[in-house]
Amino acid sequence: MSKDKTRRVRIALVGNPNTGKTTLFNRLTGARQKIGNYPGVTVEKKSGPWESGGRAFTLVDLPGTYSLAASSPDERVALDFLAGHLDGEEKPDAVVCVVDASNVVRNLFLASQVADLGLPMVIALNMADAADRAGITIDPTLLSRCLGVPVVRMVATKGEGIDALGHAVAQAVDHGALMAQVPWPEAVDRAVKYLAAGLEKEGASLLAPGELRRILFDPRSAVLERAGWPAGSDPAPLLGAARDVLSAAGWHPLSAEALLRYEHLGHLTAAAVSFPEKRRRSPTERLDTVLTHRVWGLAVFVLMMFVVFQSIYRWAGPFMEAIEAVVAHVGELVAPWLAPWPALQSLVVDGVVGGVGGVIIFLPQILILFFFIALLEDTGYMARGAFLMDKMFGWCGLNGKSFVPMLSSYACAIPGVLAARTIEDPRARLTTILASPLMSCSARLPVYTLMIGAFIEPSFGAGLAGGMLFAMHVVGLAVAIPVAWTVNKFVLHTRPQPFLLEMPPYRLPRLRDIFWRMWERAREFLVRAGTVIVAMTIVIWALVYFPRPADVRERVTADLSVLNDNSAIDRAVDAAYLEQSYLARAGRALQPVFDPAGFDWKITVGVLASFPAREVIISTLGTIYGVGHDADEDSDDLRSALTRDFWTHGPRAGHPVFTVPVALAVMVFFALCLQCGATVAVMAKEAGWRWALFGFAYMTALAWLGAVLTFQLGTLWLEWSS
Amino acid sequence: MSGEICPLAAFRAGDRGLVQPGAPEHPAFQRLLAMGLLPGSEVAVIQVAPLGDPIEIEFGGLRLSLRKSDAAAVQVLRLG
Ligand SMILES: Nc1nc2c(ncn2[C@@H]2O[C@H](COP(=O)(O)OP(=O)(O)OP(=O)(O)O)[C@@H](O)[C@H]2O)c(=O)[nH]1
Ligand SMILES: [Mg+2]
Repeated sequence: MSKDKTRRVRIALVGNPNTGKTTLFNRLTGARQKIGNYPGVTVEKKSGPWESGGRAFTLVDLPGTYSLAASSPDERVALDFLAGHLDGEEKPDAVVCVVDASNVVRNLFLASQVADLGLPMVIALNMADAADRAGITIDPTLLSRCLGVPVVRMVATKGEGIDALGHAVAQAVDHGALMAQVPWPEAVDRAVKYLAAGLEKEGASLLAPGELRRILFDPRSAVLERAGWPAGSDPAPLLGAARDVLSAAGWHPLSAEALLRYEHLGHLTAAAVSFPEKRRRSPTERLDTVLTHRVWGLAVFVLMMFVVFQSIYRWAGPFMEAIEAVVAHVGELVAPWLAPWPALQSLVVDGVVGGVGGVIIFLPQILILFFFIALLEDTGYMARGAFLMDKMFGWCGLNGKSFVPMLSSYACAIPGVLAARTIEDPRARLTTILASPLMSCSARLPVYTLMIGAFIEPSFGAGLAGGMLFAMHVVGLAVAIPVAWTVNKFVLHTRPQPFLLEMPPYRLPRLRDIFWRMWERAREFLVRAGTVIVAMTIVIWALVYFPRPADVRERVTADLSVLNDNSAIDRAVDAAYLEQSYLARAGRALQPVFDPAGFDWKITVGVLASFPAREVIISTLGTIYGVGHDADEDSDDLRSALTRDFWTHGPRAGHPVFTVPVALAVMVFFALCLQCGATVAVMAKEAGWRWALFGFAYMTALAWLGAVLTFQLGTLWLEWSS
Repeated sequence: MSGEICPLAAFRAGDRGLVQPGAPEHPAFQRLLAMGLLPGSEVAVIQVAPLGDPIEIEFGGLRLSLRKSDAAAVQVLRLG
């Protein structure tokens, strides 16, 4: 143990997935890391300060794992940290092993492996409330005596046992309590000695007996990589020979560890843990008879998704109108103040208020979507969804574990891409990373609702509008499956991997957790609106406002003087300025690229400006249409401005710019395109720049193709049906 | 049929059995061992997914969903 006073004592939180490590971490450090009722929520190491009983610790939250025989990247993080293999980091000073009180023996398997690495330990017997309900009784004092380490009964969600935990951790750090060793049979000791001798001969760095046991039992152990094996020589013969020592004694090297540890733990815990005489049928069991049923389960799944999208569309209405009214009011309030400076007035009213305000209107919908996703995550339904959907994903190289990253991506692709770390197979993981951004994230919602609200709902009704919204969320998924298949077939070739997913018990979600996630998302959205989107909007505004040569006004005024209608003349002047603005010139130059999709120069510009962040399309259109009409006029909403726009040039002159096929093409484009700088950056971090750029390229190509197809087929359909 | 030994993958919803010493070479089997599915422990199949795969099993208070291809690695003695 380090006596260095300048370094804070570091405590790691380890444990099986979904045992409440992050809940405890948040409690102790005041952090707000994501928790959820499914295995694999935490995929990265996170640290925070923890003060307890006058002592200052650094607490480190780790991804959950069943065993130190790590098979996926998130489990590797936990192993590497505990073994002191992470760059620039030493081993932790002590660990708190978070144990689900309803499954003590299974959870202690990991604890006993961690103890083998020589780390002082405290057992946090968490979810004691759930164990009580199931009629499981545990005597912490007795258990502590049997195991040789402090055991603290806890309910992390309620903060029970926190003080006792602080106490126990201080004890463990000071006295270094180690968990009772497994009485290894003689053959294991002999094999370990054999390994140690062989490693020494090869000049590899020395390892502790516990680490040698890891290498012995786990053929793919990461510990081996760090043993300092001399380059060029193959460790396999030595390992094989060491394992033969085990086999000769009748122990299969691959199952010996589990058999020996479980037997030992069974003995240690027998006196302290008792189960109810007659096992009660838990509420989870009863719910699962319906929710994972082969017929009812699927029916409930589809129904639930339908309800989610209907509610997003319908519940948000009143809130959106309220925000819209406030935004419009702000515009009207500031406009007269800035009247002496027309350019500034236009920047504030058309650019900032019209553009950014137009984006903010969509906040309620995003929050409702987040509410539902949080509900699915916290009740425990996510794992059931993975169970129901695995087969559908399986044939194309994704697996049920891709379900969680993909569903997370419906909120935002960034956590989705990160969540792919729970997938063992590196290629299935890469496929998931490439496919996740196709899931329709919440930033696309504004585009869909704008288009649906303006062009689908008026002609087809609210019911179909909700259905359309649902359909847009399925488009990405429908495309993702063949994409994954193609990537798999021609680029990667994944081999089948075990798919084991724990189905957590259903839990009543805590509203506080849910509202916190909604608030986080709201903040993030508003920060984006206040930074990237404002910046983009100001650039767009400048390009759309300038140049302003005086002769345009004079010419139009002279042409129309016979009208004697000042507001009509003003409108015509604004329109004329818009048509000769820098943005219009650039847009018209680029428009041919998107002409096959039916986009005019304004949509083209909007689409291109949205590559850093999708929402920019809304603010761009808001700014263009804002500048394009008189700012003093009662500011119309964007939705009706869209319906009143007509082509001024070219073969479609005089026809409305937005028709149903155009609106659909715009939606399809946004559904399929990777217009999010932050996602590309995360993909690069997780899979490398080459794959990030590949993802960006294939999605852009698909988006263009999808938009063109939609517009062309839609137009054909319109012609045919009329 | 009670007393018959077969792969876990052959079980239907509601069937129960005792795990037999199996093939630890299978990667799924190693992970299941680490989760406590040891020879001699009781395992039950709870549900089969809509398309016939994966299956949901229960052992030692743990519910797990796994594919039939992985469940094939586990031999079980059927209980009545
Ligand atoms: N009943 C009960 N539920 C708890 C308790 N502690 C945590 N939970 C719930 O358990 C679930 C899992 O919590 P997390 O903190 O995300 O678990 P984790 O160990 O960090 O999970 P991973 O990051 O996936 O390894 C959440 O739904 C929590 O609300 C507890 O003491 N009692
Ligand atoms: Mg966690």
